[in-house]
Amino acid sequence: MDVDRPVVPAGPEGPEGPEGRDGSDGSAPAPASVRGRGGRGRATGVRLALMALPLAFFAVFFAYPVGAIVARGLHQGGRWRFGAVGDVLGDPSIRHVLWFTCWQAAASTALTLAVGLPGAYVFARLEFPGKRLLRAVVTVPFVLPTVVAGSAFLALLGRGGFTDSLLGFRLDTSVWAILVAHVFFNYAVVVRTVGGLWAQLDPRQEEAARMLGAGRLAAWRRVTLPALAPSVAAAALMVFLFTFTSFGVIQILGGPTRSTLEVEIYRQTAELLDLPTAAVLTLLQFVAVAVILGVHAWTVRRRESALRLVDAARTAHRPRGGERALLAGVLAVVALLILLPLGVLVARSFDGPNGYGLAFYRALASTDGSGDGGTFLVSPLETVWNSLRYAAVATVIALAVGALAAAALARRAGRVMRGFDALLMLPLGTSAVTVGFGFLITLDKPPLDLRDSWLLVPLAQALVGVPFVVRVMLPVLRAVDARLREAAAVLGASPLRAWREVELPMVARAVGIAAGFAFAVSLGEFGATVFIARPDSPTLPVAVARLLGRAGEMNYGQAMALSTILMVVCAASLLILETAWQRRPDGRRTTVPTGEF
Amino acid sequence: MTALLRIEAATVRFGDRAALDGVDLDVTAHETVCVLGPSGSGKSTLLRAVAGLQPLDAGRVLLDGADQAGTPPHRRGVGLMFQDHQLFPQRDVGGNVAFGPRMHKMPRERRDPRVAELLDLVGLPGAAHRAVSTLSGGEQQRVALARALAPEPRLLMLDEPLGQLDRSLRERLVVELRQLFGRLGTTVLAVTHDQGEAFALADRVVVMRGGTIAQSGTPLAVWQHPASEFVARFLGFDTIADGVVSGGVAVTAWGKLPVPDGTPEGPARVLVRPPGVLLGPADEGLPCEVRARTFRGGRVALVLGVTGAERAPALEAESTLRDAPAEGDRVGVTFDPGEVVVLDR
Repeated sequence: MDVDRPVVPAGPEGPEGPEGRDGSDGSAPAPASVRGRGGRGRATGVRLALMALPLAFFAVFFAYPVGAIVARGLHQGGRWRFGAVGDVLGDPSIRHVLWFTCWQAAASTALTLAVGLPGAYVFARLEFPGKRLLRAVVTVPFVLPTVVAGSAFLALLGRGGFTDSLLGFRLDTSVWAILVAHVFFNYAVVVRTVGGLWAQLDPRQEEAARMLGAGRLAAWRRVTLPALAPSVAAAALMVFLFTFTSFGVIQILGGPTRSTLEVEIYRQTAELLDLPTAAVLTLLQFVAVAVILGVHAWTVRRRESALRLVDAARTAHRPRGGERALLAGVLAVVALLILLPLGVLVARSFDGPNGYGLAFYRALASTDGSGDGGTFLVSPLETVWNSLRYAAVATVIALAVGALAAAALARRAGRVMRGFDALLMLPLGTSAVTVGFGFLITLDKPPLDLRDSWLLVPLAQALVGVPFVVRVMLPVLRAVDARLREAAAVLGASPLRAWREVELPMVARAVGIAAGFAFAVSLGEFGATVFIARPDSPTLPVAVARLLGRAGEMNYGQAMALSTILMVVCAASLLILETAWQRRPDGRRTTVPTGEF
Repeated sequence: MTALLRIEAATVRFGDRAALDGVDLDVTAHETVCVLGPSGSGKSTLLRAVAGLQPLDAGRVLLDGADQAGTPPHRRGVGLMFQDHQLFPQRDVGGNVAFGPRMHKMPRERRDPRVAELLDLVGLPGAAHRAVSTLSGGEQQRVALARALAPEPRLLMLDEPLGQLDRSLRERLVVELRQLFGRLGTTVLAVTHDQGEAFALADRVVVMRGGTIAQSGTPLAVWQHPASEFVARFLGFDTIADGVVSGGVAVTAWGKLPVPDGTPEGPARVLVRPPGVLLGPADEGLPCEVRARTFRGGRVALVLGVTGAERAPALEAESTLRDAPAEGDRVGVTFDPGEVVVLDR
């Protein structure tokens, strides 16, 4: 137990700290090198035990498949061909892909920050009716399948779409569609990551600066902004990571000329069957993502530096003066950027061949593929059931792996643990196509012959769910005061009992939110699932993509209808799981923070 | 009588700094011992070491004669009341108090009356179903006490038990606590930085400094004969000067002070407690000037400078409100031998 306490550098007051303020007398720091006898070895053992399952999971279902497919690409004719790296990088069309990948990610990130930061302030500091609901609504796009988002923007900006018919312009051929769709996706990342911290920053810090003679703007710039900077950087890096590896949005809105690394990997793997090129690109993306994650881990560490945090409920106030205009602006942005695309998607799904109605939804129940595109093995509606089943299993796996990993990470970290932390994030940035294809070529022989197993899909989906579980759980686990556990111990509770009686109830809500994220992300997973889902049991996003890939109004309308269903299921699962633990038995809200990314 | 708690040469190091440095301490059954010391003196670390929350780098902790090395906190049978209470936020008052008995597998039909009884005892009857977040600081403190007492620990440890409460509440509770411990026969080891609290609560006071024990004794003994200048200053005595003891008197910058018989001769540090600084007419005794006076309600604390001897340490004196001289007044000072203490160097 002694090793769970945060290491606080011994200040001038000595390691016991100022008494009477926070009782830190007792939680004296124990630098790793001098921890007491016995405690250290035991704690390391506990940590290793906690890490074992996550590590095994990642070794078998991530490192092995990805490594195998890269090796297959580069190891041909009995020897390694690293010359392929030079060849691929020398190819002008690949260089074009690289350039586009980087600049669109940078532009998307800048745009998302510009749009998201005012939103972060409004959601963090202002009090207005419907705030909680709206906060949940802006989170919906983040967990939406990229396929759905792509279709929504196609319906909004594309041929015969909302702006085309109403205002006479289309954006689906311009890069703006991609950038706007990326903002749509990642708005919540900025609002939750930056806003989450902003809401808890003690406003009295700024007030103190004001009392010392700083103007309103100067106080914000010199006190609040530096405190927020690491979280802004972390959010920006996350957005950069997501847009750098963007797949579904580019697939649908990018047209033939615009392609990110991820899309190119898919093209090389699935369409051109050029495994050496795909392997080089995978490695390239791997390196880029590792760098991004490294920088991210560094900013997260800085974010955890000592800030005065208070209960978020105490910092919010009703908008006054210019804040009303700001609130109105943010609400308008949310309406235009988030509600409108989702609304148009829903509207199009009802806009059938014979006027508004349920024609497309009815068509979903049949397997005849509406005449012009061949038939499906299963009706699109059945894919809803497939998806729910897969996602439920994936959630269970992701929760088990992610919770164990978070518990290990919460128990003090050194360099090794930070590496472990970054490792858990890697699947977010690794080409899902690579993972999917890797699954196919590695998990097909004993002892792990999962070729015909339905488990393959949830396993791949869980891989993407784990990082979210860890991100959500970790801050909450770290926030539980170690002395509460100690209090339970001196009252006679064994460590396991103390965990069950004290810690678990406090993190229950985070578990709910983590489950919601994992479930929604699993529901929407497309890149890997498209490879490994068996033809007779495709998931919902796969069915949407198939429908979009066919010509004809009926197919398009069905894609919209199916997307609407997927959106509703995603949003509902997130909302249900997030609110189910919102209130404590005694009716008051918890003050334990929920995790952000 | 064997000690209930025996601490032998307990040492805890944080880096190269020793928070506990070879501490020896015995606590007898039914005794209340108060560890007194400034921030950073290691007193909380001492409690954590006894509880098993802080492993020792050297030394032993024995309870009822049994070495506790390797015994985890939940099997030591000691209670610890945390400074900031650490009530479980997701449980109500009753749930907090019942936690310990539940861990000790007390059946429900005995547990519920026990909770009610303890809440009565700490003056919160019927509060079992209140949420802990609705409690005031004083109420939280009472619940924390009830929770710590509930499993009937053989040793109850209190970390700054009244630290966060306001003065009047603290003074009332300290009396209640003493009566309660006396009635229950509880063995108590408490730590505090407040000497008033320690003196009011304890049968025996242990003053700590930098991880070692500076003095141990009854409150009266420690008050009357601080063992060192550190202890004296920590107790609030600042009227201390260099002196040379010779032939029953100490020669100091304040003149010759009578010292108790048998005081070793030679250089020494000499303390005069404020009641021993007697004020008289300006032409009798040591001529002084009133530099400051502080109203203490009924009494006035005075700081006196020795006239013509600017380097002599200031004297602290007390006076009734009616007799108190004004700032700048000249007075003559004589000394009461009973309030003069020669400190160990």
